[in-house]
Formats: sequence, C-alpha cells, structure tokens
Amino acid sequence: MIDYIGIAGNKPKGARPYFFDDPAVERVMNITMAIAMELAVSRERIDTLERLLEEKGVLTRAEIDAYVPKDKQAETERQQAHSEYISRVLRIIQQEMEQLKNPDKTLQEIADDIDKM
Amino acid sequence: MAKNLPPTYDKIAKHEVFPEMTHDDRARYNFLANLNKHLAHVSQGNTLAFENRVKPQFVKENGREFKNKEELGEAMARDPHYQTWSALRRSTMEMRQQAGRSLTYRQAEKLTQKVNQLNEGKDSLILNDDVKVPPYLMAVDNHLMPGSYHTELYDGDVANAANYDGGLFVTTAGLLGKYSDGGGKAIAQWLKKNHPEFSPKRILDIGCGIGHNTLPLAKMYPDAEVVAIDTGRPMLRYGHARAMALGYKNVKFVQAEASQLPFESESFDWIQSTMFLHETGGKSIYNIMNEIQRCLKPGGITMHIEQPQYTDDMTMYEKWIRDWDAYNNSEPYWSKMHDIDPKTLMAECGFDPNQYMQIGAQAINDLDDGTQKTDEPEDHGRSPIWNVFGAWKK
Repeated sequence: MIDYIGIAGNKPKGARPYFFDDPAVERVMNITMAIAMELAVSRERIDTLERLLEEKGVLTRAEIDAYVPKDKQAETERQQAHSEYISRVLRIIQQEMEQLKNPDKTLQEIADDIDKM
Repeated sequence: MAKNLPPTYDKIAKHEVFPEMTHDDRARYNFLANLNKHLAHVSQGNTLAFENRVKPQFVKENGREFKNKEELGEAMARDPHYQTWSALRRSTMEMRQQAGRSLTYRQAEKLTQKVNQLNEGKDSLILNDDVKVPPYLMAVDNHLMPGSYHTELYDGDVANAANYDGGLFVTTAGLLGKYSDGGGKAIAQWLKKNHPEFSPKRILDIGCGIGHNTLPLAKMYPDAEVVAIDTGRPMLRYGHARAMALGYKNVKFVQAEASQLPFESESFDWIQSTMFLHETGGKSIYNIMNEIQRCLKPGGITMHIEQPQYTDDMTMYEKWIRDWDAYNNSEPYWSKMHDIDPKTLMAECGFDPNQYMQIGAQAINDLDDGTQKTDEPEDHGRSPIWNVFGAWKK
C-alpha cells in the first residue's frame, strides 16, 4: 500500500521561502488556511445535502433557513456546541490567561524541583 | 472590483484515465480556484503598497529611486501587504499540490493499470531508457510539484501526471478550457487563419508534458504526423493513454531530450513548444534552439508560447513582480529567460532575423459561457495571455 497521505504532503526541491518576519506566523497561517479550505469543503457538502433533500422533496431550504429550536433541550444543545467549539479554537488564549493569573514555573524548574523531592 | 466566478470543477473534461474524484476533492478544487482568483485581486494591493508606501519611503531615506530589481525586492519584502499576499499565494500552491497528490496517489495503482491497458501493444508510445532527465529539471520541482515530471515512486507511477492534468484547471481558474488546451488551440488557430496554405506533414511538440497542448495541433492538422517529446516517463505514459482515450490516431509520444533530438535533419515542417523554454536552462536553451534549426525543413516554422518578455518599457516594479513565480513557485529559469532577447537567441542559432516574428496570443477557452465579463486586473504570470515568438526557416 502506497503511503499516499505522506506522499501528498512531500516538500518540493529547494528551501522554502518564508515571507513573514517570523516563520511561526507563516506556519500558523498555513495551518489556518488548510482549515479554512476544509470548512469551505464541508459547507459545499452541506449545500449538496440540502439541495438533494430539496430535490427529493424531503424538505425545502426555506425550512432550514426558518428553523428555530423547538424546545429548551435543543436550544441548550446547540448553544453548548457553540460554546465548546469556540473554547476549542481559542484554547491557547485561555491557557495564556490562566498563566497570567497563576504564573507557573517552567517544566525545567519543576524538573529541578522534582530532582530534589 | 467585482470578480468573475471561476467555472465549477465538474466542468473539466473527463476521460478514461482522468483520476476519480470525490465530492470533497472537487470542493477542495473549487475552493482553491476561487482562492487563486481572490489572490489575483489581493495582488493589486502590492502595486498600491509599492507606489504609496515602499517607494516614497525609500526615496525619502535614500534621496533617490531604486537602482535595480534586487534593491526594489528587498524593500518590498519588508512590506506587510506583500508579505501576506506572498505567504497566501505560496500556501495556495502548496495546498493545490497536496490536494491533487492525495487524490491521485490514493488511486495510484488503479491509474497505472488504466494507463497500461491503453498503452499496451501501441507503437505510438516510444520510451527509451537511455534518455536522461536534463540537469535543469533535476535541480528543481517546477510549480512546487514534489518529484516533478520524472519521478516514479514505483514502477509505472503516473500519479503526478494525473495530478498535473487535473490541476491546471485550478491554478488558472478554468481559463485554459475544459481540456486545459487553450494554448495549443490558440496557436493552431492562428496558424490556420494566417497561413491557410501551410499544410504541415510532420509536427514536433517539444516538452509536451501530458500532451494537453499537443492534441489541438493534431486535431487542426489530422493528416499530419505529430510527434510529442518529453523526458518525463510518467508524463509520456499518461499523455499517450490520455490521447488514446480521447481518440487521437496521429500523435506519437517519444521519450527524448530537446537538446539531442533523435530525428533526422530537416524532417519537420513545424516545431512547437508551449510554456516549455522557461523551464529549461541558460545553456540548454541555445542547444535546443540549434536542434530546432537543424530538424526544421526549409519553409518550415517554429513557434514558442511563453510568458511576456521583459521589455525596456516595462517598469522595474512590473519586471520584479513578474519574477514572483520564478523564485516562489519554483520556476527559476523564468526570470533569467525573460532577460534574453528571443530574436537574438534565434539569430545566434541560425535563424534569419528577417524571418523573426512575435505575436500576442490568448487562450481559446471553450468554457467561456459569457459570464466572465468583468475586466479583471492582470494576475502577473497566471493570466492566459502570452507572447509567441518564432521564425520561418528559409
């Protein structure tokens, strides 16, 4: 079996040019753009589903646009999902705030501490 | 400025060896075509940044204008808009390669089988183990395609060729037509229209790749024998199978190197190259042109479709931004080649300067449904507007 996943991501010949002053910014941007693409792909897939469902007379897209949760449980589930999603995406900011609130030792320092324990 | 919407990926023409694609593969390509289109507009900000920010700042600090492209480039490299645009464009090219190679290598064995079936027993595919890939192609992976045109990760590997076939549509946002053959069509139509009496019996296409620009020549001149050469075996195998699948009977695919053509002198009426010379090298281009001169019959024509030359009336900024692909999309000879005068090149290789010609060409796009009407900014190096140079041999 060919390792197509690994092969697909191979680097072309030649050192890669970086355009931002800090390569870390470029790295993050590249990952973000890949995620942006996957989100666009998911949206196109949802659009396909909606059109197929409409074609087959299961529902109309107007029904989807007009949809609001019918009970408290559905409302909670949906809002919970948003909340969880946002926290997931912005995890690093939460952790930086926790560090600000409770400045922590580095793992090197902890290692030195443990060495004496 | 409003944008023309690229055609959806499903409009690309399929054939028997075209890779199978899922819904999400196509959606990825739709996203990337739109992103390419979007970035063409974002690139206009580079001109603004240069005129309103980078140049005035430089003049203020140095009391003079830029001396050369290098100095201009160093100043632009520090501009935040240019940095963002460049990083996004590079990223888009890399994503295109990853998306294409993940879908073709996923089905690599099946692609090989299909290609082998169509090629088996055909004498119109001539491979030759003695032909070496020239050093200028070994030095770089053109357009950031890892492994380039020649690498076979296993015996009979054609996955990169299939990736190339499906990917042109994305990078050009469909402007080359459904078979990505808008360049070949343009040149064939130009010749037929302007020289209706010319009736080539033997045509050579150099650096044919998958033969996407070769087939329009074969179609325009069905009685001619068309020979397409390349050094990339995967490209030749796939290109031949593609031509078979599309029903072409008058095209031969031959593994050969352009600077050592395995053909008799004065044996071709027309020798063509399309977007090939800028992927060669500084010495090779002269060897290749000498070989073209040798193999061309008296009364024959040679033509070469290329990106625009850098002329004296082009601003330093335009020359520099046109170099972007050379260094950042791995086509390093692109910049160097555009500094040489093609007329001088041809004259040095034995063509009569009085027979030299230069014309502009635009891709013939069979996907144009009349909706692509907005006058868009030129996407330097990506627009299907080319310079064609060549000569008749006396």
